[in-house]
Amino acid sequence: MNYEPVIGLEVHVQLLTQSKLFCGCSTKFGEEPNKNTCPVCLGWPGSLPVLNEEALKLALKVGLALNCEISGRLKFDRKNYFYPDLPKAYQISQYDNPVNGKGWLEIEYKPNKAVILSPDAEASKMENPEAQGDSQKVQDDKKMITKKIGITRAHLEEDAGKLLHEGIAAASLVDYNRAGTPLLEIVSEPDLRSPEEAYAYLTSLKAILQYLEVSDCNMEEGSLRCDANVSIRKAGESKFGTKAEIKNMNSFKAVQKAIQYEIKRQTDLLESHERVIQETRLWNETKGQTFTMRSKEEAHDYRYFPEPDLVPFSISKETVEGIRKDLPELPVQRVDRFIKNYSLSDYDALVLVQDKQLANYFETAVAEKANPKLASNWIQSELLALVNSNKHTVETLPKFFPATYLAELLGLIENQTISGKIAKDVVAISYESGKSPGTVVKEKSLEQVTDTKLLESAADKIIAAHPKSVADFKAGKRQALGFLVGQLMKETQGKANPKLANEILVRKLS
Amino acid sequence: MSFEIEKIAGLARLHLKPEEAAKLKNDLEAILGYVKKLETLDTQNVSPTSHVLEIENVFRPDQVNPSQVRDEVLKHAPGREGNFFKVPKVVDK
Ligand SMILES: [Zn+2]
Repeated sequence: MNYEPVIGLEVHVQLLTQSKLFCGCSTKFGEEPNKNTCPVCLGWPGSLPVLNEEALKLALKVGLALNCEISGRLKFDRKNYFYPDLPKAYQISQYDNPVNGKGWLEIEYKPNKAVILSPDAEASKMENPEAQGDSQKVQDDKKMITKKIGITRAHLEEDAGKLLHEGIAAASLVDYNRAGTPLLEIVSEPDLRSPEEAYAYLTSLKAILQYLEVSDCNMEEGSLRCDANVSIRKAGESKFGTKAEIKNMNSFKAVQKAIQYEIKRQTDLLESHERVIQETRLWNETKGQTFTMRSKEEAHDYRYFPEPDLVPFSISKETVEGIRKDLPELPVQRVDRFIKNYSLSDYDALVLVQDKQLANYFETAVAEKANPKLASNWIQSELLALVNSNKHTVETLPKFFPATYLAELLGLIENQTISGKIAKDVVAISYESGKSPGTVVKEKSLEQVTDTKLLESAADKIIAAHPKSVADFKAGKRQALGFLVGQLMKETQGKANPKLANEILVRKLS
Repeated sequence: MSFEIEKIAGLARLHLKPEEAAKLKNDLEAILGYVKKLETLDTQNVSPTSHVLEIENVFRPDQVNPSQVRDEVLKHAPGREGNFFKVPKVVDK
């Protein structure tokens, strides 16, 4: 039996404000426990919340970038439940008049190969295009898939506090520093059909949020969190199956893996004629499985009602248009520009653009006269590999190997001072030592040997030393030439101009 | 009108004695009865009220204004450990 997965994602993103959503407490991460609290966010009777204007503006920016309907009429509601991380026993959220209504987001990916953004350990494994501009890249044999994913809504709400359980017997500890921090909950339609589409959605969304500068999007610090609703149904069926809500993933890769696991689990259940139960499940990264969340709580009954402590809000068309006018260049526009101005492939443009800092690095190098196509290839292969193997980040790349260095290096290749092969060594040395590629080439005398006399005498030596290969070549075996060129390269420590070496050998052997 | 007073009390974490439950059930029934009466009114052309005051758009600027109430609050907390509030162990959500 064939099954089709149906996936929807709920992303909570912390908005980059100085103060909390409804009070003047700082939103700074990593402070002493409970330092950033006040009567409002601790829910003291008699205290009144007042909306942070900047948080609303940031929310609207996201809404506009996600093509959301913005009615301009919004209010806040109480979502009631008891839990120690919620000091008031309700969360101020939005129920029926959210800031941002229906919208959409376009994802673009290659099947079986979602674009890896931040250079994690897998990035270099996923992408290792040859460094030379003319060599065909593996990933180009598959077409990019573009798909519109619906956004149900994106609403404002306050975050809860943080509970600590580990190592404490019979008690939990509570830190309310995070309670009241502005969150935007972005809910997708159940339009995603595979773990890789979910991954592509998250990377696109994260890129948009970073370009808008509305959030750090740091999953480790919890400024971006993602829950997944997963169900499966028989192929061709229009009704949805019973869904499970998956929580506790702390990276995009984990989201992808958790969904993958969940699809398999549900498929196995249906195949053995069992039922999928509607429940919340937690992803266990170490075990690579999802587990039922044991909870004695009764089914949630949040009893939403309008928050009487906050007045309603109406935002004028002019305000919304003013924010729209000030939106920065968004990833999708930058991708178009990269394709148009720099003749990059869709895929290359997307990989660069989805990481804002990487795209900035690329554009700096190009401004320094680097060949765009070569710059893109070198960034995606050698440079990201160095960043990964040193456990650095794209953010610190310019510190170790400034974009001006990349332009210089590509210049050295283009004017044939060094070969592409030697250039790889130069990058590594340069990255390590901080010396510019030009300096490295000079200090280590890595200039390509284009001295014909020198190459000819080396060629004579090789021909004399390998009579069998010479005979093979003369008998018509082309591979023998490759061997002899290799020997000549070796003789010159890789510095011979390969084209010249080839020519000289062919001339001498015919 | 059917509702379970025990369920509502449970959601609000109220522990009611049987006589209290009976009294509250009567009160709630009376309130809901009145609401039923209101529902007979024609509200076709009335927009829903979400707030009783006729004001809107009350904002505060995004400025940090530390309150420094932590130590005072922790002093009154039923349990503390260092600068944390201490509560009975809860299973993770
Ligand atoms: Zn506060």
